[in-house]
Amino acid sequence: MNEARLLDRKMAVPAIVGDPSDLLIVCGLAGASKDIAHLTDDGDNIFTMAGAMGGATAMGLGLALSRPDKRVLVVTGDGELLMNVGTLATVGIMKPANLSILCVDNGHYGETGYQESHTQRGVDLEVIAQGSAIPVTRTVTTEDQIAEAAQVLRNTNASSFILLRVSTEPPPAVKRSMDASERKTAFRRALLGTR
Amino acid sequence: MTTEYGAAVPWQEDLFTLLRENDVNLFCYVPDGGHKTLINRSIEDPEVISVPLTTEEEGVAMCAGAHLGGKKAVLLMQSSGVGNCVNMFALIKGGQFPLVTLVTMRGEFGEMNPWQVPMGTAVQPVVEAMGMHCLRAESSEEVGPTVQAALNMAYKSNQGVAVLLTQKLIGAKAF
Repeated sequence: MNEARLLDRKMAVPAIVGDPSDLLIVCGLAGASKDIAHLTDDGDNIFTMAGAMGGATAMGLGLALSRPDKRVLVVTGDGELLMNVGTLATVGIMKPANLSILCVDNGHYGETGYQESHTQRGVDLEVIAQGSAIPVTRTVTTEDQIAEAAQVLRNTNASSFILLRVSTEPPPAVKRSMDASERKTAFRRALLGTR
Repeated sequence: MTTEYGAAVPWQEDLFTLLRENDVNLFCYVPDGGHKTLINRSIEDPEVISVPLTTEEEGVAMCAGAHLGGKKAVLLMQSSGVGNCVNMFALIKGGQFPLVTLVTMRGEFGEMNPWQVPMGTAVQPVVEAMGMHCLRAESSEEVGPTVQAALNMAYKSNQGVAVLLTQKLIGAKAF
């Protein structure tokens, strides 16, 4: 297990995600939602959260199973994923080919004062993803691993899980809508042309 | 009640047909004897995506995700599962997402397992406290109209609705 946490999420998340415009993205609360709201200017192809902790991966799974014609990306943090880590097992049995999960793992609960999470104390979420039968997994700890991970995220014809280990540098400051109903309506109008 | 707990019963066959006629094609469930027929039909139907969950709250978020993609879903659980969902119901209320969950009740009429009683008793107040609706079906004749009402409230009015398939309907598991 590589314990290094050297990457700055403000560089690494955009580098792995690339052009977000052709993705449907569900973001877990706090840092991950800020990362992607900043990257997309709070776009209508993203659904961000500020609550419902532990729900991002399951929401992305529901979206991916419903829209096999679209690539769905879940971006979430280590703390958010740990709250419902069993969802990785549900992803692992369904294996939608259009679903990728990017876990931005800073080893801390950044939103609540940077208390250590379990991943800072030896828990390896990539190993849990592998044990959950997710077919393709990666851990990214250095800049030279980013390009290959970006290819996995975008082009793998199987469910994939990328653990991105980052430093405790904060996510970008961003103003975003925290109105879940407004976000839902905007997302559906952009995707479906309907409320 | 003379019905064996979890036995195949005609109203569950009719319920599956009703859900399919309403274009519900994502079935999320935690296994339960009271939903046995519905779960088995969902697995057998090639047009249906049938997803076993590790915990019921996954299903709440999955149903919301399906709605983002323009598809209809249903969440099947036992009354104990409602307790596992409480914070995730905030996504339904706050996002005005449609949700239909069919809850087989334990811990009420004729219950013989005391462990089921606390959560069974709490289901309706908990669901309503989270801003969702509870509809009860006490007899096989009530199931179809009640579930149709729930689907209409959810998908026409953006409401979260729990249909309680009561123990009078399902029977009490023998201990």
